[in-house]
Parts: sequence; structure tokens; C-alpha cells
Amino acid sequence: MSPTVAPPPSLLRRAHALRLHVLRMAEVVGQGYVGQGLGIADLLAVIYFDELRYDPKRPDWPDRDRFVLSIGHYAIGLYAALAEAGVIPVGELDTYGSDGSRLEMSAPETTPGVEMTGGSLGHGLTQSVGMALGLRLDGRASRVFNLLSDGECQEGSTWEAAMAGAHHRLENLFAFIDCNNQQADGPPSAVMGIEPIHQKWEAFGWHTQRVNGNDISAIAAALREAKAVAGRPHAIVLDTLMGKGVPLFEQREKNHFIRVAPEEWVLARRQLEEAAP
Amino acid sequence: MSAPASQPAAPRGVTGNILTSDTGGATETVAAPFGHALVRAAEKNPRIVGLTADLGKYTDIHVFAEKFPARFFQMGMAEQSLVGCAAGLARTGFVPFATTYCVFATRRAYDFIAIGAALGGANIKIVAGLPGLTTGYGGTHQGIEDLALMCAIPNLTVIDPCDATEIAQATEAIAVHPGPVYMRLLRGQVPVALDAKTYRFEIGQARLLAEGSDVAIISTGLMTGRALEAVRLLQAEGVRASLLHVSTLKPLDRGAIAALIGRVDRVVTAENHVVTGGLASAVADVAVQAGRAIKLRRVGIPDCFCESGSIPYLVRRYRMGAPDIAAAARELLS
Repeated sequence: MSPTVAPPPSLLRRAHALRLHVLRMAEVVGQGYVGQGLGIADLLAVIYFDELRYDPKRPDWPDRDRFVLSIGHYAIGLYAALAEAGVIPVGELDTYGSDGSRLEMSAPETTPGVEMTGGSLGHGLTQSVGMALGLRLDGRASRVFNLLSDGECQEGSTWEAAMAGAHHRLENLFAFIDCNNQQADGPPSAVMGIEPIHQKWEAFGWHTQRVNGNDISAIAAALREAKAVAGRPHAIVLDTLMGKGVPLFEQREKNHFIRVAPEEWVLARRQLEEAAP
Repeated sequence: MSAPASQPAAPRGVTGNILTSDTGGATETVAAPFGHALVRAAEKNPRIVGLTADLGKYTDIHVFAEKFPARFFQMGMAEQSLVGCAAGLARTGFVPFATTYCVFATRRAYDFIAIGAALGGANIKIVAGLPGLTTGYGGTHQGIEDLALMCAIPNLTVIDPCDATEIAQATEAIAVHPGPVYMRLLRGQVPVALDAKTYRFEIGQARLLAEGSDVAIISTGLMTGRALEAVRLLQAEGVRASLLHVSTLKPLDRGAIAALIGRVDRVVTAENHVVTGGLASAVADVAVQAGRAIKLRRVGIPDCFCESGSIPYLVRRYRMGAPDIAAAARELLS
């Protein structure tokens, strides 16, 4: 169901800014998970600039909402959001993936704003369940938002945690499942079929919706609906386009880990800037 | 037809119920020392919470669950979720004690212990039952290589307590120790080998339980109870043995081991674990690092998966009893 309301211009601008940050970081290393960073920018814009309660100057504020990145290689997207949100300096993005930088290719928990070390897939939801239990036990209103991926739904531990989230009725727990239809060896349908993903989450007892993950209004509407449902954890399955906003990358066949020729960066940046809101 | 006359056969050992404790004929035992110690620690610290993976009453954490139901989380038969969830609770400021069996914690949830907990120093305590040959259920349930696996993980503290006295003290010690811990559990009716009035457990401290210059026994876990008996057997033969109890495998008390093997060069190690990657390997490592030539006999599980059976049968079968420790010492002296 596509919402009829236009997305707030401020969020469109934020999403665009995140994409510019992603390109800036990817250019430093000349390759990487740029497709994921661009594809998830709309979600991160909604999360960091419309939903998440946090204090950029106090990343360890106990009453903050938690954004938990399971998929550590999406760090490029998270760093863009953390910089845009003022948790880390924008200038530091130029060190992404470089030796000695705290902005490692896969996000480590030692970096401010990174709640746990993801990257070994299938961890994020298990820890998110624990955080949600702990926050509820403490009587805090904080919520936990976990971003996982379609490929990550192949990890058995994801379903162990999905069971636990429903069993313990964690209404303060939200899982975003990024379905970009690409994993290391190809599309999930060829690697290990996992569709229909949304029906699986529903069968595991989660309040589940499936929306266009590059539609800011649709994401915001899904969050509004989820928050109104009590007694169950919430899954929002997002269909996203890898490389969204840069046609050069959108059209690559294998874009899990993109290698970019030096001259292509100019084109990529121009394509993104032309699409500025 | 009359039955043939025969000598009455010795009663045949059978594999016991998995909840049964084998006390090795101990005269004094304590019921569920871990569960009761955890309750004491939790009365002092409201941040302590408990979790299990469908093994509450099998790991004595049911004692805590009954006392603090709101602070106890059943995670079902899902060990990755158990450890990951505990790490998440630790990240919200709680001190989670998560229980299952050694085999399930270490084999099924290894990545969750290593990356989910140890890498970031999450303050979780994994307490794992059925170490080594404390169950007759064969390779699936006997945690024979867990110490080797756990000692290989950076940041993790690894403890193999000896008896009820030490389990109680160690539980209270790890509850106030910041950082991830893996502790082996003896559950049910647990023998008492160490005197609660005089013994003091400290993380990372080995304890010299006997002094003698003929042979040095270095032991960990429940093998220390058997080693104490071996010391008495040897003493009756005029052999004076030292006994160093190493309940913390990591961080290892290298100083205490080096000091002992510096005085006595005939050394027996005794562990309820395979003899590679555990205490014997650690002692050999200390000796080599110190440039000290020792003669070493290793009592423990050989490089094999073990049979099913009754505990007394398994202890004899794999030469893990007090007489086996004494025999190893005699071999070194002959």
C-alpha cells in the first residue's frame, strides 16, 4: 500500500545528505558497500531524524533508543547517519576504512553511536532482544531498532531471536529487514530462498508489514502503525534498491561489493547531485 | 531345568538419569551450591539477572528463578539466542548469568561468546554444566574440550571449580567481576572437598593445597578432589607430594605454576578435560617459557570422544580416579 502523502522535504534532504556522505566515504577506499549505503539511506533518514531519541553529545545516555546494526558492512550508511546527526565529526568520514581509523569497514562497538559489533551475521537480533528485555525491566521507555538483511534471515540465530522476541512480548523491539535482493554469492533466490520473508516473521508472532524501503513516507507510516500495536514485536520488511540515487550503481548486476573506476566517481557524484531534492 | 550355579556377578553399572549427581562417594555434599550462591549475590545486587536455555533445573538456576521470577528469562532450546540475549542485557547495565551445558554453550554458541560477548567485554557470566565425565551420556553431552575452546578467546575469564565450597565462592566472585566469564558447573548434590573456613577463591589465583618435594600434582576442577585423595595415598607410601589447585585457567596463574615446577621437576597434571589444550598444555607452556625441564604425566581424557556409561565405569575406563593420579606420580618416581 503506497501512502499518498508527500515525504517531508527535511527528510528528503537528510536522505540526500546521507547519500553524499556515503559516496564521499566510498571514494576514499575506491570500492566497497556503497550500494548498501545508498539503498538504506531513506530508512536511516527516518530513523535518525524522525524517530530515534538520542543525544548526539551523550551517545551512552541510558534512556536513548538503540539503533542496532546487525549487518556490520552497512557501516558506511551508519557512519553517514552518525556524522549527519552530530555524533561523529563529518570530517572524520574521510578516514573510512583507512588504517588506524575508528570508522572500520565493519562497524565496531568502540565507535561512538555503534551499539554492538555487527558483521558476524545473525547476532544483532539476539542482542536486541536482550536490550529490549533489559530496558523493559528497568522501566525505561527506550526502544530498540534492529536493522538486519534478507541474507541474514538465512542465519538460524535470527529465528531463535525472533521466537524469543515474540515469546517475551517485546513491543519495544523493532526489526527492519532490508531486502535488497543481493548477498555475497548472488540473489537470495539463487543462494538460499527465503521468501516470503514477511510471512515468516508473521508466523513467528511478529506484527509485520512490508513496504517500499526507498519511500520515506511509507517507512514513516509503517512505523506509526507499528507503534500503535501493543504486546508484540514489530517487523518492517523493506524492499530497497541497491545503489538507490545513483543510476550508475543501481544498474550494476552484482553490486554487493562494488569496485569503482576512478573516473566513475565523477559520474556517480554528478548523478546524485542532479537528483538533489 | 535348573539354573547353572555361578558366582554372583558385580552389579552392572548403568547410565544414570541426566539429573543424577555422582558424588564419588563423598561423605559431605551441598545441594545446588551455584543456585544458592547466585541468590545471595542477587540479594546484594539487583542488577543480576538469570537466563537458561531449557535447562533451569538441570543447572541449579531454578533456585534463582523461584526467588526472583521477574529477573529470570527462559530462552528455550536456543543457545545462540541465550548468549546473544545475555550480551544485550549486559549492554543495558545488567549482570546476566546464563546457564546451559558446556557442550551447547561452547560448541553451538562459540561465535556468540567470542564476538557477542568477549570482543566488547560484555559483562556476562556463562555457567555451564556437565563438564568432562560428569555425565554418562556420551560424546553429545560430555564437555571434554570446552576449556580449550574458551581459553582461546581473548578477554574471557575461564574457571573450573573443584567442589561445592569453590562454586559458591566463585559465583559470588564472578558476580562482582566486570567482564565476560565462562565457568564450569557442578550441580545437584555437589561434594565438598575444600574447607569453607580456610579456603579462599580468587579469580586468577592458584592455591597450594599440599607441600611436598617428591612430586608436584597440578590439578583443576573436580580432579582436585581426587588429587587430594591421591596425595593421601602417596603419603601413606612415604611419598611427599605438592598439590597446586588451578581453578582459573584464564588468566592463568603462571607465577604459581612456575614457582612450583621450579622446586619440583616431576609433575602430574589432572584435569576433567582432554589432555590437549587444557591444563596439561598450559603447564607445559609455562615450563618451556621458563626454560625449566620437567617430567610430565598427564591425567585426563585422551584425544577421543568417550563412551556412555555409569560415572564410576567412565572414571575407571579413562583412568581419571585418585588411584590413577597416584599411579602417574609413582611412574615418575620409579
